[in-house]
Amino acid sequence: MNWLHPARIGLAVRSKLADMGYAARLFGRLLALLPEALRRFRLTGDQIHFLGNYSLSIIGVSGLFVGFVLGLQGYYILQRYGSAEAVGMMVALSLLRELGPVVTALLFAGRAGTALTAEIGLMKAGEQLSAMEMMAVDPIKRILAPRFWAGVVAMPLLAAVFSAVGVLGGWIVGVLLIGVDAGAFWSQMQSGVDWWNDLGNGVIKSLVFGVAVTFVALLQGYVAKPTPEGVSRATTRTVVMASLAVLGLDFLMTASMFSI
Amino acid sequence: MSDTPSLVELRNVTFGYGERVILRDLSLSVPRGKVTALMGASGGGKTTVLRLIGGQNRAQQGQVLFDGQDVGAMDQTQLYAARRRMGMLFQFGALFTDMNVFDNVAFPLREHSQLPPSMVRDIVLMKLQAVGLRGARDLMPSQISGGMARRVALARAMALDPELIMYDEPFAGLDPISLGTSARLIRTLNDAMGLTTILVSHDVEETFRVADHVVILGAGGVAAQGTPQAVMDCPDPLVQQFVHARPTGPVPFHYAAPSLEADFGAADRNGGAR
Repeated sequence: MNWLHPARIGLAVRSKLADMGYAARLFGRLLALLPEALRRFRLTGDQIHFLGNYSLSIIGVSGLFVGFVLGLQGYYILQRYGSAEAVGMMVALSLLRELGPVVTALLFAGRAGTALTAEIGLMKAGEQLSAMEMMAVDPIKRILAPRFWAGVVAMPLLAAVFSAVGVLGGWIVGVLLIGVDAGAFWSQMQSGVDWWNDLGNGVIKSLVFGVAVTFVALLQGYVAKPTPEGVSRATTRTVVMASLAVLGLDFLMTASMFSI
Repeated sequence: MSDTPSLVELRNVTFGYGERVILRDLSLSVPRGKVTALMGASGGGKTTVLRLIGGQNRAQQGQVLFDGQDVGAMDQTQLYAARRRMGMLFQFGALFTDMNVFDNVAFPLREHSQLPPSMVRDIVLMKLQAVGLRGARDLMPSQISGGMARRVALARAMALDPELIMYDEPFAGLDPISLGTSARLIRTLNDAMGLTTILVSHDVEETFRVADHVVILGAGGVAAQGTPQAVMDCPDPLVQQFVHARPTGPVPFHYAAPSLEADFGAADRNGGAR
């Protein structure tokens, strides 16, 4: 039972704590660099454009299909109770409260998050970050901070696109294909969705996911071993950790936002 | 303080990664205005010395002085101020792969100065002219050869007119023409711009031709130092093995292993037969 030796356990615990401390300090620095990210907005803007464009097509297509499925499933269940017109409200609420922010965050982690991790990891492996440090330029300020804040801005925008396209998908299936009354579809949606409880909370969720996913991606890239193997492991870890963080945070936020 | 004879000085420096000690009680000095070559076997701590001077690692014991100031004791602001007076050329150039040649060289100028774009352009083109790549300004790093990438990196390292320039293995993997060009460039730039140069290299012939002062590291300390001729004549067996590229000597060919008898001899026969 070698691994049960107190010295080994102590070392493992200490190094885990040190990693967490490092991550927390990096997170604090990134938050504190908001003014810097705004001052040189060109850098941040470029990244918003880049990250947003990267994920836009996959987000749009996924949103459409999720909307289709919600329309179908919603109709099958609701028509049993004779309230098939409520399918519009159901689609909108599912998207705004849960699926929009969550699925967008998962897709963003897979598409843009891995790209960020690989980019930072490869910059580290190619000594580009060291070169930058030797030019007296702080890579956290110059490379990480603009990407972090760009991710935080891009996520709610992408979630909005996802939800909007999803509602459209629900309308195509519900109204155009199945033949639910269009007036009822939209008016039920309008009366059933509260702008703050549903829309506002959804935006808060996607902001939190933006912070979590982008931070995980950047951290994994920044602490990756500077080798091809290290970078590939880091991208895998980004997907796993970011997805778990999103689902876990979603439960916590749903529990605190929608329970009375 | 700017009239100390050496721009960089290491005093009794000890440094290691984890358990492994790389440098043990190392002292050396880099004279101003000269080309100092730092040589030694792989894993001997040559690159580590550069990282200590640049403040990317801190000495565990002893002092690393840059122009009389202890690099290890600086806070980030002081360290960044000191680094603006240094240029460092990484082994493979370390160009920013998402920028073209022009933007790579312009990077330090744009980060550290408020110069108008027209002046940045002029300075960048002058630096590129000095390394012979003014015509390559629009190419991306993926479109140029390894030797060219290093020359671009050299132009970038010189963009802010440093006092000290450090080269990490500038000759590794270059073809003979690029190698000769690089060596001549190192010498010319040092003399024309009044720089102090530290050159880390394995290439004995080329390095001895351009260097004024040679330091050979061995076993964590300085094995020999002096003019190229003095080092060439140094009787130390390690130095002789290194400068004449002999396969046998104090640095053994064989990695530490059990004795031949233990692996192949009669003692192992019974165990091996099982």
